[in-house]
Formats: sequence, structure tokens, C-alpha cells
Amino acid sequence: MKNKSLVSITDYSKENIAEILRMAKLFEEKPNQRILEDKVVASLFFEPSTRTRLSFESAVNRLSGRVVGFSESGSTSVSKGESLKDTIKTIATYTDLIVMRHPLEGSAKYASEISDVPVVNAGDGANQHPTQTLLDLYSIYKTQGKLDNLNIFLVGDLKYGRTVHSLLMAMSNYNPTFHFISHPRLAMPDEYKMFLNSKNIKFFEHEDFTEIINQADIMYMTRVQKERFSDPIEYEKTKDTYVLKNDILVNTKTNLKILHPLPRVNEISDEVDDNKKAYYFEQAKNGVYTRQAILAAIFGLKPENDIN
Amino acid sequence: MENEKKLLVSAIRNGTVIDHIPAKDLFKVISILGLDTIDVPMTFGTNLESQKLGKKGVIKISDKYFEDNDLNKIALITTEARLNVIKDFKVSEKREIKVPDKYVVGIAKCVNPKCVTNHENIQTKFTVFDAENLSLKCEYCEKITDKKHLKIIK
Ligand SMILES: [Zn+2]
Repeated sequence: MKNKSLVSITDYSKENIAEILRMAKLFEEKPNQRILEDKVVASLFFEPSTRTRLSFESAVNRLSGRVVGFSESGSTSVSKGESLKDTIKTIATYTDLIVMRHPLEGSAKYASEISDVPVVNAGDGANQHPTQTLLDLYSIYKTQGKLDNLNIFLVGDLKYGRTVHSLLMAMSNYNPTFHFISHPRLAMPDEYKMFLNSKNIKFFEHEDFTEIINQADIMYMTRVQKERFSDPIEYEKTKDTYVLKNDILVNTKTNLKILHPLPRVNEISDEVDDNKKAYYFEQAKNGVYTRQAILAAIFGLKPENDIN
Repeated sequence: MENEKKLLVSAIRNGTVIDHIPAKDLFKVISILGLDTIDVPMTFGTNLESQKLGKKGVIKISDKYFEDNDLNKIALITTEARLNVIKDFKVSEKREIKVPDKYVVGIAKCVNPKCVTNHENIQTKFTVFDAENLSLKCEYCEKITDKKHLKIIK
């Protein structure tokens, strides 16, 4: 992982992922460390994403590194028509690592090819967002004590949701059983179902919450965006079908945790926030530890409290 | 029939003959190889009778030989075509036109309008996802471009 860019979740092997999760736990135990004192990290957000940006910048700051960058490209030379290549090549000469979010798909991969310093993809359009996937894996590992043999429910927009696609790919290494709950219009694309078939992973599709959710270890909720429906009436009719409420959760397993990449709109009712099974705010907090681990791994540094 | 063909498209001493091009693809092949911009004698024939293809096209170019990457370009249009290298009026080499095993570099355009390769000056790169149906997976945005949406960069 040292000096290697993280563009796609497939850049990391199962062993790499295990190492990130191990280090994330150490950073959770001791979040403030001085290991990045001589590092400057570029935080290049060509499109705004406040949550992801602050999570990364908190991770760098807690490790005593420094951050330079921008939170949207409006005030930069990018808005004056500078090519992505020139922007990345220049900033790579100032800094030790580049975190970037960009609306174009494949932009992080391209940046990693032309940059002299490692690039961490913080989202390239609808394509990849690997640090989100790693923090999801850390959240699953932390709450279940393992990644293997879990019953994972993916709910909401399974067609366009990149987080569920990346999570599906990553979890496929750990013999899961998947259940997909979605409107047929937002069902899991065939290419992912073919992928699961090729790996002999069981999956089941449902159109609403049924008794079956009593088997769930993890329920991963996603936003259902109005724009995905050409017919607004259809959206209004279906949106409430996928809203999670406390009464739905009554008979679910005690180890069940509800995850959501945030921000949510209305797919999880506010009353669920106080439920012991709600985990999405802790999940966001885990993002800082996971990003600390990713930065440390790429810089080839160990957490101070690492006895290995 | 053979005589007629010979009359229509005369033989060359040295160069390249691309034969058995489906007639509908002839002008695409001419365009993708940039034959409209090179300065050597060449002859084209189209709508010639072919037992295999019905109507076929043929291209004969004197003193011109092609690189593998050019052959890969033809493969993205048709794999039916046959390419013969001619030395002293004889076929000295038959070269196969097939879809590249692994990468297609700098030939095809990515179908995804949000792909970085359609906005920056970047050479496209695809892995061959399905050689038979000619679908290509973009190395950058990871989207599939299928044959129906395939556009060739000249
Ligand atoms: Zn692309």
C-alpha cells in the first residue's frame, strides 16, 4: 500500500483491507498522534462534499499533518480553464499526497497516472468512492466482530447507488448472503447479479420490508432520489415503502446494525435515531479513523500505539 | 467473375490488399486508416460480388504496410476482412484481423459523457470485456461501451 494511490476499492487486496481495519482500530483507541508532522496533504474538492472533506481533513489534523486545498473549484485556476493535468501536476510538486473529489468519472485514475505523489479518490462522479467502502467495512467489522458469513440487506436505490455497488464487490470476499430491497425500477443491475453468481454468492430480491429482515445482521440504507423517477406520482406512491421505522425493527436480531452513507433524506425515520440498532452517526465517526489508517498506510507509517 | 474483379480493381506490385470488407463498412475502413490523407497510389472497389458476404469491398494500396494498431482499428469495424501483404505481385504474408486480447488503446471513444477521457486530452484505454460482442470496458470510468455505441477516434 505504501506510496500507492487508492482509486478503486479493487486496488486493495483482502490482506490490505485487513491491515486498514486493524490500523483503524488503533487510531480509534488513540485518535491524536503526531505521525504526519512533516506532511502536507492536498485536499482538492472540485465539487463540494462537506462531509467527506471534513472527515479527511480531520483525519490529517488529528495526525498533526497540514492540509492545503479548496472546497469547490470556483475560485481556482480550474475555473479559468486550466486542465486537470496541469492542476494535478502542479499541486503534486507542493504536497505529499492528494485527496481529490471530482465530478468526472475516471478523473482520480487519470490523476494517479500523472501525479508524482499518491492520490486518494474521495469520489469520482458516480464511479468510485473507496474510502467510503472501507469505512463501511470497518463499521461492519466493529459491530459484528467479523466480516465473514453475514446476512447483508441493501435497501433503497440499488441501481444508481455507487456505495452499495462498491460494498457488494468488497463484501463478496467474505461469503455473505445478500438481500436486496428496492423498487423494481431501482433494482440491482444485472452485471452485479452476474458477478455474485460467478462467485456462488447467494442473493435474494424483495420489493418491500418483510419478515425476512429478521435474518439481517446489517441493513444498509440508501437515498432514493426523486429524480430517478420519470413519474413524480410513482415516486410519491413508492417512497414511503422504503422508509425505515421502529415498528419494522421490532423482531430483528439484537446484533443488527443500520448503516447509511449519509446524508439521508427521509428513508430513515427520525424515531430510529434513538434505536440501539441505529449506527449511521457512529459509522460517520468511523470514517475519520478509517481515513487515518488509509493515510498512514500510504505514507508507510505505523500508529504510535502499534505494538506489532 | 474473377476476371471482372481483376478488371475493376487492378493488381499491385508491392503493398497491402484488404479484401472481404463488407461493402457497408468500406468507407469506415478507409476513414479509420486515414487513407484519404496518404499520398500513395490506391484503388478501391465496392459492391463486388462475394459468395461469403454478398457484396464486398476491397482496398489495394501500393507501397504501404500497416502496424498492428491499424489492424486493431479495422477489427473494431469488421473482423470479416482479410489483409494480405503483397511483394512482387505475390501474397507474402496474410495477417489476421482480430479484436485485441487485452487492451484497446487510443482507438475508441468512451460512451460515457461524464468520463474524464471525453473532457481532457487523454488517450483512451479499454480492456476487452467481451471480444465476441465487442464490448469494451473503459479503464478510467469503468463503464462498458458496446458495439452499437462504439465510435472510432481517427
Ligand atoms: Zn470512460
